[in-house]
Amino acid sequence: MENNVEMVTIHVMGKKHGVPNDLTIMKAMEYAGHQFRRGSGCRGGYCGACATLYRVKGSYKLEGALACQKIVEEGMYIAQIPFNPAEKITYDIEKVRPAVNTMVEHYPELSRCLSCNTCTKACPQDIMVMDYVQASLRGDITQAAKLSFDCLTCGLCAVRCPAEIVPYNAATLARRLYAKYIDGPSKHVIDRAAAVEAGEYDEGIKELMEMDKEPLQKLYENRDVNIHG
Amino acid sequence: MADNESGYPAYMAESLKKVVETRAERVGKSFTPMNAQQKTDILKNFHPDWKMDEKRELRVGHNKGAQMPHEVVDIIEAHSIIKAENIDLSNIDYDVDVLIIGAGGAGLSAAILAMDSGIEPDKILIVQKLRLGDANSKMSQGGIQAADHPNDSPTIHYLDVIGGGHYSNKPELVEVMVKDGPEVIKWHEELGVLYDKMEDGSMQLAPGGGTSRRRMHSCKDYTGMEITRVLMDEVINREISYVELTSAVEFIKDDKGQVAGAVLYDMDHDDYKIARAKATILATGGFGRLHIQKFETTNHYGSTGDGIIMAYRAGADLLHLDSTQFHPTGSAYPEQIVGQLCTEKLRARGAQPLNIDGELFVYPLETRDVEASALIRECYGKDKGITTPVGMKGVWLDTPLIDIINGEGTIEREFAAMHRNYTKFGIDIRKEPMLVFPTLHYQNGGVEINVRCETNIPGLYAAGEIVGGIHGKNRLMGNSQLDLYVFGKRAGIAAAERAKTIELGELSLKHLDDYEELLKKEGIETDRKSPILLPEYRGKKTLDHQLKLL
Repeated sequence: MENNVEMVTIHVMGKKHGVPNDLTIMKAMEYAGHQFRRGSGCRGGYCGACATLYRVKGSYKLEGALACQKIVEEGMYIAQIPFNPAEKITYDIEKVRPAVNTMVEHYPELSRCLSCNTCTKACPQDIMVMDYVQASLRGDITQAAKLSFDCLTCGLCAVRCPAEIVPYNAATLARRLYAKYIDGPSKHVIDRAAAVEAGEYDEGIKELMEMDKEPLQKLYENRDVNIHG
Repeated sequence: MADNESGYPAYMAESLKKVVETRAERVGKSFTPMNAQQKTDILKNFHPDWKMDEKRELRVGHNKGAQMPHEVVDIIEAHSIIKAENIDLSNIDYDVDVLIIGAGGAGLSAAILAMDSGIEPDKILIVQKLRLGDANSKMSQGGIQAADHPNDSPTIHYLDVIGGGHYSNKPELVEVMVKDGPEVIKWHEELGVLYDKMEDGSMQLAPGGGTSRRRMHSCKDYTGMEITRVLMDEVINREISYVELTSAVEFIKDDKGQVAGAVLYDMDHDDYKIARAKATILATGGFGRLHIQKFETTNHYGSTGDGIIMAYRAGADLLHLDSTQFHPTGSAYPEQIVGQLCTEKLRARGAQPLNIDGELFVYPLETRDVEASALIRECYGKDKGITTPVGMKGVWLDTPLIDIINGEGTIEREFAAMHRNYTKFGIDIRKEPMLVFPTLHYQNGGVEINVRCETNIPGLYAAGEIVGGIHGKNRLMGNSQLDLYVFGKRAGIAAAERAKTIELGELSLKHLDDYEELLKKEGIETDRKSPILLPEYRGKKTLDHQLKLL
């Protein structure tokens, strides 16, 4: 295969490598000889372990990406950001309430937001980060929770923020408050948990557990399947 | 991307055209599910588990004679990466009540419940090979099962699980899983996990392969990520101690034969540390990165089966490791994301698997083993697959149907992750199908436990994917998310109870010497070492020229 592939030059932490042009940054670094310890996680865009900053030769622009989700480009200068010394406040979810000032009380630096939108531009998930920071500032916890939902906590927004806000940790607080106190628990879940606790299903399950394989299989093959509606 | 621009190579256009042409008439059409005999036949003929030359008999230890994939036997019939004589057990770095190895859904849940059961947060230690929360748990897309809808019940859930697992499950483990299910969802909601809801505040539920009810709770297609994110936040809020980039490599036992902690390996500094613990919970996850039969995998970078060999050397019983789950739909194109998960929920919401002629060839929601076998048969038995530029075969998964059936915007709303990831590589799944092929997804077997998560060795508990027996020889979608929290919580409670009463004896690594003797006795000569900790993806030239100078 390699004979047909076009190569590009990348610089990993300043070191120059020739790599096939169709690899992701992560696979290109491995191709070049790197074995990840930090900086590789799910390898599928679900965990944020491989937050990466890069600049392409000739451009002044510093860009953010997940190494597992970005294909290499000619002249890329690459640095991974595998850890972020970010502020994460601790709180008791049973005691905090989603009041209009809750977010700013817990993360006062939210009010330093300059509305420069650098966080949004840095986000590899294309989340409207500045918009949820602003929603948090206004005390609109519902909006902050919804806008931030796809966040992988990769940390690139916080690294780039000139006001030193840590948007993703604030967003986690917003989502937990929204889920627990505003969206609220589902009644049928609570009811069913109580019914199990009361032993309502003990007998039915015990019956199945004591059944021989053959009648059990018959029961299974002929069970009522109702997955519509 | 322009409307008329395809994300696929030009030579696939003819097949894609057939997909488009047949789409309208396929809406609302299904395919007859297979009967018991047809299922047995297709599994025997096409499921990778039935390729007996891909397995061999284990020659060492108390499960000697068990059939397992070569890749698993390779890590079991191997020397430890440490030698007992090189480890100083008198210098204890961490002295705790409860040691938790692995920080995915099971480990995090265990930590929270150990604390709820009266263990001080600084007497709990979570060690994690990579970062907190870096685990397969986080990658779960489609959802988590729990029988909480009025038209469903734990009894119905039980039957689905045990039938789906071909009656090989341990019934008592299935019982506690289905009964604890609603309580787990309730617990998540109390912690602030944001589940998808209907207008009336009830759960939005979807079916999965082999489920007889809509039972799948979801957080868009970031279900595992959302739950893990909340549990991590809670562990940090409670100031439970954890240490990242630190992998357990072997258990430590005491002179009474109890597990009494673990030897840890600092992945940053290449030195070892000693953790002594009154109770130890193994929650290391699965083995996808062993690439069984060279399959691509959906699994996390750290899924190298470390827990299997650590537990076996310490004397734990293993179960069902002959059986591996291949998820029916992994990415087959583009090359950059080959093997990655395309959630079963896509089929639950209407996407259909199609062959090169645009024909639906299987009921889309068979159990995973049967569905995967049908895809393999279509490609290699009937030669009706689509060949990719690198020679891999796959079938179409017709995703545009999802928006046609459920309304425009459904894909963007419910499959935000899928849509985003494919868009990055040039394919709009709202307009074009995905190209898919089965991918290595889950370790069905593992360490045997009881309902208290106790293994056969005092002091050693296990929870999560490292456990065998819950799902039998085939797991249903959404039940591994559920088992993480059911058994993670139970392990935390049971380990905390033990830690309050137990006295440890003198620490020992004698079991490692004993294992060496066993290898010798069986005549196993090898230079393999395990656990392997990280998969090897470096270029050939690097490996050929590698020097270990320091």
